[in-house]
Amino acid sequence: MAERIFGLALTPEIFVMIDEGLKSELQKQGVYVTSLQELYNWGRANSVWPLTFGLACCAIEMMAASMSRFDLARFGAEVFRPSPRQADLMIVAGTVTKKMAPLVVRIYNQMPEPKYVIAMGSCAISGGPFKQGYNVLKGIDRYLPVDVAIPGCPPRPEALIHAIMTLQEKIRNQKLTGPDRPRHLNAEIEGEYPVPAYGEHDLEPPKNPEVWQPPMIKR
Amino acid sequence: MTNTYLVLVLLMAAAVGFALAPLAAAWAWARFFSPQKPGKDKNDTYECGLASKGDAWIHFRSEYYLYGIIFLVFDVETIFLLPFAVSFTGLTVGAFVAMIVFLVLLVEGLVWAWRKGFLAWH
Repeated sequence: MAERIFGLALTPEIFVMIDEGLKSELQKQGVYVTSLQELYNWGRANSVWPLTFGLACCAIEMMAASMSRFDLARFGAEVFRPSPRQADLMIVAGTVTKKMAPLVVRIYNQMPEPKYVIAMGSCAISGGPFKQGYNVLKGIDRYLPVDVAIPGCPPRPEALIHAIMTLQEKIRNQKLTGPDRPRHLNAEIEGEYPVPAYGEHDLEPPKNPEVWQPPMIKR
Repeated sequence: MTNTYLVLVLLMAAAVGFALAPLAAAWAWARFFSPQKPGKDKNDTYECGLASKGDAWIHFRSEYYLYGIIFLVFDVETIFLLPFAVSFTGLTVGAFVAMIVFLVLLVEGLVWAWRKGFLAWH
């Protein structure tokens, strides 16, 4: 068996993914090559620190996912931080009431880049069973850019683990350069989203048009 | 014989470098690749999502020392009084006088607080 050699490809385009065919050909010969982009994303994807932040019953499933039976630690995401300054993943676990929505957005604003959002459960996605309620926000995606949404009422811990794996897949495939580079490397993308205020009948504004537009209904 | 401590110094330098290198790499990465994105909310005091009110640097009333005196008189004193009472018959004159001085000092504090009107319930 050929001796294994690990290497870091220092090409002029240091961030660019190396050619997949060349990579597998080298791998057959026992030479493992990686790029700085892969290395960086690999580290990022396996050290996601979620925020200790539960809104309703989904938070119970979130706690279960982090405990020994489901063991979120296998995916490097067990370090729940009680301060947004140290977290980079916000799991919106539960019903977002209109009273709570400004707080959620403000906590998101206080998180450092890069930051990601998982909308956990029907309530966080759309308001769920309380969608008709006068005091329930119809989905946190009206204010925040949601990366992964998990359906379920509440979703099982496996579903949350799947969501984190999906997020890790997303992080791993992010290009560090170019126009679609992640938000924390793009100075033009704002780090903060406008915090809604309590209005007379509803939150003002009722949605952030930059991240959410009402779906077009074709008749 | 070579200097055996030199090995220790080298190991220590390696250990410090091992700890500092990732920090330096993270700092350099943040400095050169990640744009800074400060903002009004981000730089604000963290208040569990609520808008923070006022400053974290507030004044505490200096009258707290009165609570300290009363605490000493009524609480800490009991801890010393108990062994004093238990070994009272076997005490020397010097120990007795020392204990009385200690008690008088504390009672003086109580009298002082009393005269100041601190014991009155508002």
